[in-house]
Amino acid sequence: MSNAVKVLRYQLRDIVRNRWMLAYGLVLLALTEGLFRLGGDGGRVILSLLNVVLILVPLVALTFGTLYLYNAREFIELLLTQPVGRGAMFAGLWGGLALPLCLILLGGIGLPFLLHVAASPIPTRSLVVLLGTGCLLTAAFTAIAFLIALRFEDRARGFGSALVVWLICAVVYDGMVLLVVTTFRDYPLETPLLTLILLNPLDLGRVLLLLDFDVAALMGYTGAVFKRFLGTSLGIGVGLAALSAWTIVPLWFGLRRFRRRDF
Amino acid sequence: MSAPRSVVEASGITKRFGKLDVLRGIDLSVPSGRITGLVGPNAAGKTTLIKSLLGLVRPDAGRLEVLGQPVNGDERYRHAIGYMPQAARFPENLTGVELLDMVRDLRGTPPSEDSELLDTFGLAPELAKPVRTLSGGTRQKLSAVVAFLFQPDLLILDEPTAGLDPVASGAFKEKLLATRERGASILLASHTLAELEEVADDIIFLLEGRVRFHGPVARLMSLTGFARLEKAVAALMRQGIS
Repeated sequence: MSNAVKVLRYQLRDIVRNRWMLAYGLVLLALTEGLFRLGGDGGRVILSLLNVVLILVPLVALTFGTLYLYNAREFIELLLTQPVGRGAMFAGLWGGLALPLCLILLGGIGLPFLLHVAASPIPTRSLVVLLGTGCLLTAAFTAIAFLIALRFEDRARGFGSALVVWLICAVVYDGMVLLVVTTFRDYPLETPLLTLILLNPLDLGRVLLLLDFDVAALMGYTGAVFKRFLGTSLGIGVGLAALSAWTIVPLWFGLRRFRRRDF
Repeated sequence: MSAPRSVVEASGITKRFGKLDVLRGIDLSVPSGRITGLVGPNAAGKTTLIKSLLGLVRPDAGRLEVLGQPVNGDERYRHAIGYMPQAARFPENLTGVELLDMVRDLRGTPPSEDSELLDTFGLAPELAKPVRTLSGGTRQKLSAVVAFLFQPDLLILDEPTAGLDPVASGAFKEKLLATRERGASILLASHTLAELEEVADDIIFLLEGRVRFHGPVARLMSLTGFARLEKAVAALMRQGIS
């Protein structure tokens, strides 16, 4: 067994007993179950959960991920004094965070669907897309959280930066895109707009979800452009690749910092 | 493999954090099989030097060898090192048993373990509890158990007795002496000079990032004219600062 898997295994044990993780799981459970009880069928519940996945999942991944790395500092020091390479250590730490967050997401949303499967038909494909996108967003935003925590030595600045990143991705970005479009409306904007969408992982998540659900009214401006120019299948392919890149690139830069970092 | 004659070889080690020169050219050769005390005032560079030996801090310049292996990012030399940090912090939700299992896993199963400290400290009943419920002193004891568990050739200890009660502290010192008897080397950073006097063979005195004295305790005392280590080190400090 590689050292990365060993570190991951023990991180996993530690983190699943964390009360904030427990709270996250309970909130997801309560929300999903609540939506079912309010009279929604499976399809409506999934549609209502779109914004939960798009807003809450990145927020939790960013804030929890940043704090997790700051809190683990002394433990990282201890592990690095064992015969463990920094690359294996970094992989184990990230996996030990992203994996339980994904499992909680799958359980918190998936469990109520399993309980209600007899009473109301479940659009399985949509549920898989919802949970899959949630996991991809978790992977991307935990990777970004690690990069932020390694960039800023000071915990308050790191945590503040994580919140700013979330605010930009979730709220400010779509408005900025709209501003660009209205300002430059006399110019051909397809390529710049598509590029802008690729630059925001949360927008990518939104596009992936809405391309599958085909609810143009909820897509926002960037989503509508994405669908119009790339179509559904190509759009999903490009979206998936770009969202994966949003995990790999921050992880790569994070690893570079982690290797050079003084502890 | 025969043990190297010196456990630490350093030449020209420098380290700067921002505008602060923490290590300003450390040259050292620490002989094996001895207990070497690392002393100096606050901010002298003791912890940075220790962290450099462990590969936690990367020196800006200089050459560093530990147990005959260059410290260059290859982690394998740490198989032979036991480390006890100043403040023991572990994942809060793991139990002591899980923590020891984790370190065992990471090191690979060694042929034999030295769990004497576990018994001496009476830690067995505490091992089933999550680390977050343990007192500071108990965590420090757990940290000591981890450091000694794999019978390392070199023990690096940073203020190890700071959180220990007098009984545990006494047992710890006995363990240090027994560990030296089996041929291991110990580098011990401490502000408690009376304690160092009991166990240390040699002293390294660091001041403002430089080694101002390195040699046997007896030589330090004859050099300064004091019979107690505490006064001898205080004299060195005064000389160094004036």
